Amino acid sequence: MIYDVLIIGAGVTGVMTARLLSAKNCTTAVVEAECDVAMGATRANSAIVHAGYDCKPGTLKAKLNVRGNRLMKELCAQLDVPIRCCGSHVVAFSEDDMTTLRELYDKGAANGVPDMRIISKEELLKMEPNVSDKAFGSLWAPTAAITCPYGICIAAAENAATNGVDFFFNFRVNGASYNGETWQITNGTNTVEARYVINCAGVNSDKTAQLLGERDFPISITPRRGEYIVMDKICGKMANSTLFVCPSGRGKGILVSPTVDGNLLIGPNAYHIDDPDDKSTTADGLAEITEGAKLLMPSVDTRNAITSFSGVRSTPNIYDYYIKISDGLPHVIHAVGVESPGFASSPATAEYLAELLVDAGLTLTDRDDYIPTRRADGNHKHFNDMTPEEKTEAIRRNPAYGKIVCRCETVTEGDLIDAIISPIPAVTVDMLKRRTRAGMGRCQGGFCSPRAAVLIAEHTNSTLDKVTKSGGGSWIVTKRDSE
Amino acid sequence: MHKKIIIIGGGPAGLAAACAAVEAGVSNEDVLILERDREPGGILNQCIHAGFGLHRFGEELTGPEYAERYIEKARALNIPIALNCMVLSLSSDRRVTFVSPEYGYTEATADAVILAMGCRERTRGALNIPGSRPSGIFTAGTAQRYINIEGYMPGRRVVILGSGDIGLIMARRMTLEGAKVLSVCEIMPYSGGLQRNIVQCLDDFGIPLRLSYTVTEIRGRDRVEGVTIAKVDEANGRRPIPGTEEYIECDTLLLSVGLIPENELTRGAGVPIDRTTNGARVNQFRETGAEGIYACGNVLHVHDLVDYVSEEAAIAGIAAANKVLGRTGGTLKSIEVKPGHGVRYTIPQRIDLTENEDSVRIFFRVTDVFKKVRFIIADEDGNILMKKVKSGAAPGEMESLELKGDIIKALAQSETACVNVYLEE
Repeated sequence: MIYDVLIIGAGVTGVMTARLLSAKNCTTAVVEAECDVAMGATRANSAIVHAGYDCKPGTLKAKLNVRGNRLMKELCAQLDVPIRCCGSHVVAFSEDDMTTLRELYDKGAANGVPDMRIISKEELLKMEPNVSDKAFGSLWAPTAAITCPYGICIAAAENAATNGVDFFFNFRVNGASYNGETWQITNGTNTVEARYVINCAGVNSDKTAQLLGERDFPISITPRRGEYIVMDKICGKMANSTLFVCPSGRGKGILVSPTVDGNLLIGPNAYHIDDPDDKSTTADGLAEITEGAKLLMPSVDTRNAITSFSGVRSTPNIYDYYIKISDGLPHVIHAVGVESPGFASSPATAEYLAELLVDAGLTLTDRDDYIPTRRADGNHKHFNDMTPEEKTEAIRRNPAYGKIVCRCETVTEGDLIDAIISPIPAVTVDMLKRRTRAGMGRCQGGFCSPRAAVLIAEHTNSTLDKVTKSGGGSWIVTKRDSE
Repeated sequence: MHKKIIIIGGGPAGLAAACAAVEAGVSNEDVLILERDREPGGILNQCIHAGFGLHRFGEELTGPEYAERYIEKARALNIPIALNCMVLSLSSDRRVTFVSPEYGYTEATADAVILAMGCRERTRGALNIPGSRPSGIFTAGTAQRYINIEGYMPGRRVVILGSGDIGLIMARRMTLEGAKVLSVCEIMPYSGGLQRNIVQCLDDFGIPLRLSYTVTEIRGRDRVEGVTIAKVDEANGRRPIPGTEEYIECDTLLLSVGLIPENELTRGAGVPIDRTTNGARVNQFRETGAEGIYACGNVLHVHDLVDYVSEEAAIAGIAAANKVLGRTGGTLKSIEVKPGHGVRYTIPQRIDLTENEDSVRIFFRVTDVFKKVRFIIADEDGNILMKKVKSGAAPGEMESLELKGDIIKALAQSETACVNVYLEE
């Protein structure tokens, strides 16, 4: 089959674009090197839908961030993904910082960010009683929000798949050719053919551009790692909104934020690394973010940590996003260097990429049979998000919803089976975890991960020794010697 | 739904509490055990090794055998057990919401609630061990489930961090199943496990126990490829000592680094929690700070032996029975029980003196390894109420002292508001 559009990379930019195209009369495929969507920066970031005050006015980044912020809220409502419009504070700790806040405010105003205010220490401490009393004041941006970045990405991917987008996982592109009419994109074993190619390959997007044949491609990406600590839900109410320290040269600095699931998140730091796949944490890094978080909020106590992780940002050698039609290659569009606020921007980035596709010659018309929900039969709420009446009804219809598998996050067998047989089947323990939160609670899968693995084996006609944590060589158990 | 007594948890604590309550005169139909698993017995079901029941039954049983004794007893008493049943919330006025395939989403009330939810294992995240996040990192109990219940091997070359009892048991179990246990690292200068387990599970198999060692890094992209261990500095907050690092190639890291009572429901009900035990603060009847809510077993404090869990659960069960049958008198006065030198915590934390007070047994754990000690209970003026000499004590083993009826009576008449439990070396 020849697709109209092939998207390389199933991060949030690629998936949002695929979803948008699935509402049009065109055929779309997505190829992804990993076993799931949202496996790069989308999976591990601060989960903030940034308001848009820290982007340089006039840049594409500023434009897409501010519009993306609004679209993300609409999309979460449409796909029934939890989002909390909790707002954000940039906290100043000196008069110099207060000057920086005023600069941020001006940038935000120029970018069209609504309802910002610079507030006094007193008002800040009233809104956020746990913030350090060394604070001078803050920039309050009520449009900032928190959501689950991989959650919305998975929801959008399911929505896209429901509308006919084909996803090819474990497909690491290593070759590309153009025959005058179509592109042949290959991973060495399989080839996907399409008329247009969009490069959304995140941390590998510069290399992907070269693979497609770009010469003297102006953008190079440096992987930049950030470490985070997730705290138990008993800490979830320590912050009412996202708290940033006043920005310095590197990134947006360390933040303390509630998560949409009710935990508290602290981090990240920012260090260049050589290997984009190196998602390890370090003792020094975890100590650094703990210290940074304590500046904002002295009562942060890492004895309540439930896990730590790191994410890898794709930092380009220019300030702005590089999203444009290739100068030299036919029917190729690049979305390169889409680092923070790339997640907040993503629904607007998708719109922009669709416009570029039209500019490049593709005709896009609306489909009249488009299904706006995750599945053909609706959005499939999690048991934990249901009202008591909905819970009663869910168990009556399917008793598996009455069986709690993950105690910490109240995930039922019904939720798990639903994810295993979803449009993008969750066939590893981590895929299941990202879709249902089973194993994300305070016991970190101690009780439920064996049960989740057994359910995967049962519902994929497999055995436990074939089930993996996250694909590849991440086996969980082996057969016993006696067998 | 209304019950006289709802018991949350059908493990050894919940079963023993339910049996004791029914034997104390509560009708079996007025009692309901809510158990989250598909069968009663709790974690004992996956503890297929022997060593249970020496105190309680005077014989050595396996975990499932020990559980079976109480399951049979509950069955003989016709005590209803709701299986696959998870409690979602509890309030201080004993309203319980739970969910199960059979009962659906149900709200119930009870005259007494007995908390018997047990505990969970501390995880890697709680320790914040740096490194990558590959497959192959298990808590010892999870690994135990994979081997003993699911029938699969969690790994072949194993390092174990922590020498809690489950870790020691799993060192032996993995070895017997053909795995190579390369090292057991314990950050403390002593093991938190029972001495008999160190001998039977490590020494007998030549598995090295490295005291004052911890894991400082985990490596591996898909699966664990190795861990770095290092000696820690006792004098410097047990931080790793630079230069003592050793890299061990392995495919599995098991964690046995402590158990945490599962008190989310308890906290939700606003029950006061002891910061040391992470369980509710209770009186000698195991009644918490919320009237009619009792706690027993590992949800109250982590026990070394299940035999003591059964004993404690019976106390809670009988007390709850007395409560719901209107057999309790008023409290004359409360005396606080405070841990002093060398004592980490006590259970109970409070003695509520009533008119017909019997003797009270105080359970406690010591803070360190001691050779010869004298355990002492004194009143707040320092007057010694009782003492007991013991040839040795360790944090891994629970101690107890009994305050006899005559001392209790004397306390009731005295001015003292607390007693101190401490030791002299």
